[in-house]
Amino acid sequence: MNYVVLILGMALITWTIRAAVFVLGDRLVFPPLVRTALGFVPVTVLTAIIVPMAVSPHGGGAELTWRNPQLIGALAAVAVSALTRRPLLTIAVGLAVFFVWQGVVLK
Amino acid sequence: MTHPNHSTRLAELTAGARDIIPMMVGAAPFGVIFGTLVTSGPLHLWHGQLMSLVVFAGSAQFIALGLIAGHASFAVVLATTLVVNLRHVLYSATLAPYVSHLPLRWRLALGGVLTDEVFAVAWSHYRHHPPGSVSPYYFLGAGLAMYLNWQIWTLAGLLFGAAFPGLQSLGLDFAMVATFIAIVVPQLVALRYLAAAATSGALAFFWQAWPYKLGLLGAVFAGVVVGVLLSRPGSQRRTAEVAQ
Repeated sequence: MNYVVLILGMALITWTIRAAVFVLGDRLVFPPLVRTALGFVPVTVLTAIIVPMAVSPHGGGAELTWRNPQLIGALAAVAVSALTRRPLLTIAVGLAVFFVWQGVVLK
Repeated sequence: MTHPNHSTRLAELTAGARDIIPMMVGAAPFGVIFGTLVTSGPLHLWHGQLMSLVVFAGSAQFIALGLIAGHASFAVVLATTLVVNLRHVLYSATLAPYVSHLPLRWRLALGGVLTDEVFAVAWSHYRHHPPGSVSPYYFLGAGLAMYLNWQIWTLAGLLFGAAFPGLQSLGLDFAMVATFIAIVVPQLVALRYLAAAATSGALAFFWQAWPYKLGLLGAVFAGVVVGVLLSRPGSQRRTAEVAQ
């Protein structure tokens, strides 16, 4: 079996998916409904990626408990972001709460 | 298109690379784990590095390793790659207005580095400006930094993977959660965005066991539908009536 061919095939598929809309460029004009829909893509897709990571960090059921450092860190980050809207501060506080919770509080 | 001088370009490249640093931290353990898994499977070491170099898609690479180890046919691996990466179509469609004026080689290059993380950082930069008014160097800087990061940590896993036991338990991937929160929360300025995000977040949790990230796609689709329905004229009043 030739794994190089397989890997190059994966690369071609991935690149085509990512770049096809870019390559079409100005020739692709989205109708208003699609433009409205695309406006909701960033908040929905980023939320869909992080909620399972924070709520069930071990991939199983929900860990809605104060012993889940991902959840506590995420809640702290949401609070800081809602209050200050400052990205760096949000990331710094979120990470600090997460690592302190994981390394100190739960020890 | 404007032609900024070299120092401006360099400053924008650097700014993109700087803003994606938390994502680089979050991706590092996955790169090492990917490299480590390659050493225990049927692929040569250089096959693993080649996959990171030309595919550059963490989820698809992990799933492909699992399928290859399980002797899946090439057609299954390729079809899975397609499905797992489908969400990237949404990313390029969202960013398309900001790159459509660029030469083809730019659009090919930016498409090549459009991962989840690069999309998040590039979009949070572009959204403050009208399409066409921002140079692509910030986007490119974020993409190149993420790309180099993935290569370095893949190589580290291939060469020294056995020396990093328990890497997954450190929780470095929380850096990605914190960064995405910093990008998303300031966008939730109206009920329709909040409702769309809440819908997709809740469904993504309930559907996370679906194969090939189809639960993620379904959750995003449902969240977008909720957002679009709430965007229609008069929908705020109807929502209030339903709530009563």
